Amino acid sequence: MASDSDSDGDFVTFGTPLEPLEEDEPLRKPVPLYEQTVKDEKGRYQRFHGAFTGGFSAGYFNTVGTKEGWTPATFVSSRQQKAGRQNARPEDFMDEEDLGDHGIAPRQITTTADFASGRKDVIRDKARAITSLSAPIPGDTVLEDLVAPARSSMGVELLRKMGWKDGQGVGPRVKRRLCKQRADSATRAFGSASPPNGSSESQDEEDGEFVPENVTFAPKDVTPIDFTPKVDLHGLGYRGLNPLAALRGGPGAGHINLFTMDSDRTNSLFGEDRKGQRRRGGVAGQGFGVGAMEDDDEDIYHRDIMSNYDTVLGGEEPGNGLYGWTAPQQYNRKKKDHSKDAAYLGKILEGFTLASDKLETKTIFPPPNLPRDFRPVHYFRPVVDLSSVSPMVAQALQTSRGHMAQEEPSKGGRHQLDSAQRRELLGEATLQGPSSVFDLLKVEDRERLSSLRRPSSDTSSGPRQPTPGEARAAVVAAGVAAAAARASAQKALSSRFAPHAEQQQQEALSVWSGPTAQAQTGQTFKPFERTPHKQARYDLYIDQLKQGDRDALELSLDPTMTEWERGRERDEFVRAALLYKPSSSSLSCRFTRGKQDDGVEADTVEVTRDQENDVDDKQAAVKMKMFGKLTRDTFEWHPDNLLCKRFNIPDPYPGSGFVGMPKVKRDKFSVFNFLTVSESPTASASPAPQGVKPSEPGKRSRWDVSGQAGDKERKEKDPVSEFLSVARIEASGSGPEASTTDGPTTDPTVEPDTEQKEEEEEEESRPSMDLFKAIFASSSDEKSSSSSEGESEEEEEKEEGVRSKAGTGPQISNQLNVNTTQPAPPVSTTPSQHPDILFKTPSGPAAAPPPRDQEMEEEEFGPRLPPPSSTLTERRPSPTPSAKDDKHKKKCKEKHKAKKHGKHKKDKKQKKKHKRHKHKGKQKKTKKEESSDSSSEGSDGNGQEDGEEGGGVSTEELLRRLKSIRGKNLQ
Amino acid sequence: MSFPQPKPEVPQLPQNLLRTIDCQQGAVRAVRFNADGNYLLSCGSDKSLKLWSVSRGTLLKTYSGHGYEVLDADGSYDNSQLCSCSSDKTVILWDVATGQVTRKLRGHAGKVNCVQFNEEATVILSGSIDGTVRCWDTRSRKFDPIQILDEAQDGVSSLKVSEHELLTGSVDGRVRRYDLRMGQLHVDFINSPITCVCFSADGQCTLTSSLDSTVRLLDKSTGEMLGEYTGHKMKGYKLDCCLSSKDTHVLSCSEDGHVYCWDLVEGSLMLKLPVGKAVVQSLSFHPSETRLLTAMEGLASYR
Repeated sequence: MASDSDSDGDFVTFGTPLEPLEEDEPLRKPVPLYEQTVKDEKGRYQRFHGAFTGGFSAGYFNTVGTKEGWTPATFVSSRQQKAGRQNARPEDFMDEEDLGDHGIAPRQITTTADFASGRKDVIRDKARAITSLSAPIPGDTVLEDLVAPARSSMGVELLRKMGWKDGQGVGPRVKRRLCKQRADSATRAFGSASPPNGSSESQDEEDGEFVPENVTFAPKDVTPIDFTPKVDLHGLGYRGLNPLAALRGGPGAGHINLFTMDSDRTNSLFGEDRKGQRRRGGVAGQGFGVGAMEDDDEDIYHRDIMSNYDTVLGGEEPGNGLYGWTAPQQYNRKKKDHSKDAAYLGKILEGFTLASDKLETKTIFPPPNLPRDFRPVHYFRPVVDLSSVSPMVAQALQTSRGHMAQEEPSKGGRHQLDSAQRRELLGEATLQGPSSVFDLLKVEDRERLSSLRRPSSDTSSGPRQPTPGEARAAVVAAGVAAAAARASAQKALSSRFAPHAEQQQQEALSVWSGPTAQAQTGQTFKPFERTPHKQARYDLYIDQLKQGDRDALELSLDPTMTEWERGRERDEFVRAALLYKPSSSSLSCRFTRGKQDDGVEADTVEVTRDQENDVDDKQAAVKMKMFGKLTRDTFEWHPDNLLCKRFNIPDPYPGSGFVGMPKVKRDKFSVFNFLTVSESPTASASPAPQGVKPSEPGKRSRWDVSGQAGDKERKEKDPVSEFLSVARIEASGSGPEASTTDGPTTDPTVEPDTEQKEEEEEEESRPSMDLFKAIFASSSDEKSSSSSEGESEEEEEKEEGVRSKAGTGPQISNQLNVNTTQPAPPVSTTPSQHPDILFKTPSGPAAAPPPRDQEMEEEEFGPRLPPPSSTLTERRPSPTPSAKDDKHKKKCKEKHKAKKHGKHKKDKKQKKKHKRHKHKGKQKKTKKEESSDSSSEGSDGNGQEDGEEGGGVSTEELLRRLKSIRGKNLQ
Repeated sequence: MSFPQPKPEVPQLPQNLLRTIDCQQGAVRAVRFNADGNYLLSCGSDKSLKLWSVSRGTLLKTYSGHGYEVLDADGSYDNSQLCSCSSDKTVILWDVATGQVTRKLRGHAGKVNCVQFNEEATVILSGSIDGTVRCWDTRSRKFDPIQILDEAQDGVSSLKVSEHELLTGSVDGRVRRYDLRMGQLHVDFINSPITCVCFSADGQCTLTSSLDSTVRLLDKSTGEMLGEYTGHKMKGYKLDCCLSSKDTHVLSCSEDGHVYCWDLVEGSLMLKLPVGKAVVQSLSFHPSETRLLTAMEGLASYR
């Protein structure tokens, strides 16, 4: 990578640079193909082509050794190493490529001799030898067997310790006779068709051996199956040309059976020449035709015998004791026949065999014992309307009918109760208010709805929910009815079935004609959908039920049908109507009425787990300028994993499932939520328009100009405070006065004097602020949060609420009047200027209560931004150095804010919008707004002056008023 | 053999007015140096953000796209990006060269007071009047903040970012320091609405100015007060304070049209720099030299 001299330090070079090309150098010739060679790690050439692709790389570019050819290796005498040198293995001549994965002798992981069975097992060896026949080199495994290590596996060792000997089977010792008998019977069980072979064999054995009575023998060993994989490409069972047999020649070799017969193979293997023919010299056999020396040429052409082939699957076993894979026929049979009595054996007739299966005996059950007083006549109990008879009788009837008794619909199982029934059972009071949406509607609305629904109700009936209690009742009734119909005449039917059916019809009518059923539109359930005519009749019936028609059933039935059919259909309709009654109750029980008006908030709220220490302590510490431990809180805080990643910082809490502060759930209105954060009213003594505003968690964004969170909060609190004030007013017996808040403004300058006086008087009877604080913890918090001017209105309301506790109805109205007329400086209305607090905190400028201003809520919140132009700034009243009053300073600030008012007209209009939005529906607010609007809009350019003047006048006014009050108070 | 001439002593405080720029964008809400101090940003109340060359005093670029007055701005370490926040509740990530809006981040519920890049400009942190600090990812296309720090109980007025810390000052009178490395939040109670917070250059102290007309230097680790600087007037407006580049002096705006400079250690008023008649709203100290940038009304002065 070429690089400039300047930027050498800036770049990193990778790889080796190409040699610089020189201009005059001739172009190099391309490398010829034969020189393009690749060598392996040992410097040998690797070939990628040629006749032996992938083979040994022994040549020099497709030739031997070197350029010159073979180089003779220097002779080294191996005479000395003769003794040490064993016979060479093929591996000795292989290099690592051959032994590698892709070589000709790859090294693989195989089981070592330690894990192989080293037992000299004759039968196993036989089996192996059998399979070795089919190997490419016959007799290959024989060599291996000879050199097998004298080692036996652990299992064999264990077996030997337990008394097992080679050649024996595993298992309990058995008596020879029993064995024999079983074998015998097994052969017998083949049936009459093929007994001679087996029976004769067993006979021979029995004859030849002496069997003592009390001698047991080990069980016969079982030939294990040799799972040698098939590696050749022969067909199944084909074993190929056996060179031994082929070369042996002889008449037996005239035909070499290429197909495996176990017995054949084993016999030939162990040299038992079946035919007992001597071996003849010369080459003979099918594969070689007939030689000149051959005598007989009659058998050179192979004539296959069909008996060499199995015609049946799983044929007869060869009797040589080598039980193969499918061998255990005899054992199977033994199991079946073990119960056979040996005594019978001799008495079996010729040509008969013992049956293998027992005949099944039929079990005969005796008839049940009839009770003595049983009369084989059935009669039906009369159906009695339970409501019409006395309870005693009803109970007796019910018990007499047992479990099939008709139950009251309401007494269905516990799970079938609806909410009202459960409520009754639990003894709870009924919920206040309407039980369904329809109750909330006006009567005419309801009627209108139902009339709307009625035309479209031809095809409509509501989704209905079955009530199993009723369903059961209906079923029972149906059963009863059907039985009755069958048992008795039409007259009897009418007399017995009618009362109950009547009752059910009444029930269906009452259910379907209710208001909630009227609301059901769009039928979802069609019980008789398969028969459209019937469904149509059913729909008609439902419609008429909905309209409250008493004889809906009769009207809807088809008059052309027979009486019996009609009876059945009538019954079915009533049942269906009851089963799928409208879902009024089920729906209404799903919805509960909200306890709060807004219904937004849950009862619990997430609170940060770690709460701040007491703010009072901190304030004291700050006053003493003892920053440090007292003013510091340290919390656990979980940054987001991605944030840590972006900051190149390991996550301090890897695997923590949350971010932010750990939170816990607490009751929303628990006092404990606010214990640690509540503040004393002295908090308002903090100097600047700030407020330590410990508020409910999650409600922090109260500055929000657009009032998202503020609205929410207001929504929540306004009704409360209003409710309180109203309640107070009513309690003080001056309820109607409250309505004057809506009225036109009264003269604010004259009346407040007396009002405030009154207020002062009533102040005596008022409880201490602490009590209010305890009750209205959150509102007092807000009061102290002076910086949240956006809430000042709200706070005023709360304050009003608090004040109205003192029972001053008229005062409220007047205060509101003050609000409406004086937008800028409502000194008397702000809580901080409430005399009670005001006079208690006269501690210099620093203790000035935070300014709370009507204007402020239309203004910025928190520290403001300075005015943009000096011309206006100059007009700004210089902050008076606390000469007059501690309040003055505050007012100055208010004026600052008023200034802004005029400056940013657009801003202001926006905020006005917000305000309107916020206080929709509150007349007093809008009124005030109008006044403020007029004042601001009237003075476009110099709104600041306006605000200032207005503020000044009202301030003086208010001061005067306050002083007078104080004076009176002192008197 | 002659000794080299002794270097003329660099004045510790900027005293001479070098240049005054009429930004012509209404009231200048904030002036900020860029990372190396060669350029400055001015946030105007006419919704525009302007980039100036400090040495020539010329306007380089105007970035318009905000819907309301721009309140704060910051430049990325590589000068390729700017971020600004506004009263229109948005934070905008700008491309410096083209002047295009790279990303407009909405989510704050109120006007956004302060904005900062982190060191690698991978995160924009913005503090708003809604009491939250939002961490915006500049690397992803998502418009959701990575995290919202809503611990403040009142509006966040100021915000600074160090390598692994986040310092926020809130109107609820608390300075919060989020330590990302430790996963801790330290809250220092000041009992007065915070207008501005700063880290010292050595990262050991924090400087807070509050509406009780006091600037306090707090030990970062313990929260103890190391120094208190008074004399200026900061009662109602959100004004800036800062430390000099060598941490020798504390500077603060004042509502009486001066910039007050105190000695950091002694706490004595070293200089009362007159700027104008109106409120000095914003100031920014050059990252390496003793140069001070102040904003008063529509003018940005460089000294």
